[in-house]
Amino acid sequence: MRGWLRSDGRKGIRNVVAVAYLVECAHHVARKIAEVDGSAAHVIGFPGCFPNEYAQKMMERLCTHPNVGAVLIVSLGCESFNRYQLDQVVAATGRPVQTLVIQNAGGTRSSINAGRDWVAMQIAALSAAPTVPMAVSDLIVGTVCGGSDGTSGITGNPAAGIAFDKLVAAGAACIFEETGELIGCESIMADRAVTPELAIELRASVAKAARYYATLGYGSFASGNADGGLTTIEEKSLGAYMKSGQSPISGLIKPGDIPPKGGLYLMDVVPDGEVRFGFPNISDNAEIVEMMASGAHCTLFVTGRGSVVGSAISPVIKIAANPHMYARLSEDMDINAGSVLEGSATLEQVGQQIFDLVIAAASGQQTKSEGLGHQEFILTYKTFEPIGPSCLPI
Amino acid sequence: MVTDARLLLLSPGDTVYVLRGQIEPGETVWVDGVAVAFAGHLGLGHKIARLAVPEGGQVIKYGAPIGRATQAIAPGDHVHLHNLRSDYTPTYALGGKA
Repeated sequence: MRGWLRSDGRKGIRNVVAVAYLVECAHHVARKIAEVDGSAAHVIGFPGCFPNEYAQKMMERLCTHPNVGAVLIVSLGCESFNRYQLDQVVAATGRPVQTLVIQNAGGTRSSINAGRDWVAMQIAALSAAPTVPMAVSDLIVGTVCGGSDGTSGITGNPAAGIAFDKLVAAGAACIFEETGELIGCESIMADRAVTPELAIELRASVAKAARYYATLGYGSFASGNADGGLTTIEEKSLGAYMKSGQSPISGLIKPGDIPPKGGLYLMDVVPDGEVRFGFPNISDNAEIVEMMASGAHCTLFVTGRGSVVGSAISPVIKIAANPHMYARLSEDMDINAGSVLEGSATLEQVGQQIFDLVIAAASGQQTKSEGLGHQEFILTYKTFEPIGPSCLPI
Repeated sequence: MVTDARLLLLSPGDTVYVLRGQIEPGETVWVDGVAVAFAGHLGLGHKIARLAVPEGGQVIKYGAPIGRATQAIAPGDHVHLHNLRSDYTPTYALGGKA
């Protein structure tokens, strides 16, 4: 494995130009700019016009993600997002950064032209950038599940958990998440905390999620989950929990907090305080974006019903839990964990396949969603308080 | 006691089996030595009762409670939205064809 060394010491497994729009009004211009090279320029952004501390932090983290080599900021000009601060944060890392303000640049067409020129220049420079050796212990790997069904918790999720155990054993930092999908697992999960104080924090994060979703009136449960045989949120949770593997839990982080060392971390994705801005994560890509903001180089995505998404910036590895779905959507799936149900592989073997594919993807091999051009991205409003000292025991 | 190979027991105390193969309409399936006839299609991942659970009793899968029976469940019953509810938040499902 070789990676691109950044000034903060982290190493990237990709070296893309991020084209970052700061309000929906600048999205079209950003998208047209990135078309100059769809595989090397990735669009990310925030649609809202009103300021939000969380969104600012997320965009700062994403624009300084180790897989990003240069950043073009695309502003309409009148939105509230603090573009000056974002530009400074990126510049302080030594990355090339340029802010393009559409209202000052002559409108749509001239902004697209100016943006494309700058992006093309950066892509040319990045293609010649030197690489350094990279170890498994340099990696941060996230995991999410989406489009779950009754097979997710018995094939794909436990196999992802085995891959996580192997990665943690090799020194990597691994992040699992969606506390709203851990409702019912709080006791067994708290027993794995490295300190009693962390155990209390883990329980509290799930209790917060249960309250939040109870207020909203729906759990983190989609209709397709029921078609696939899942009946209740706690049943879905127990299946989702399998993704965490068997390692001790080293810490609790919130989106944008970067794991300080190797180990297994839970990400608390449910906003703090009273319920506002709606559902915590409105779809699976919101979870992937938060994983990336916490430094995830790639994300394991377990799906039973058959999600096809990928992501901007960081590769997504798609793990099919259901063998029938794999047969229909094999072009989109990197791993067939459904083979466990068919008796043609063991969970251990599939876990090893996932581990091997993480290393291959980190070494430059395209994942299925990358090859198909998937670069989904979504970021919405949230509010968080900083984590407390017992969340990351020394 | 004969049990169909498609019924997977995840944890010793579970009150349900998980289907690792489909059941076709009209099939008769052995559940712990009892022949159970199924009228409809059941897909992968669906649950078949292994143990009786009274109304209000906990349904156990992965060795952990996944909710409560909203009516008495007998061995061989399909366990799903019609007889199981969450102890946390209600389940949302479209009413269409599964």
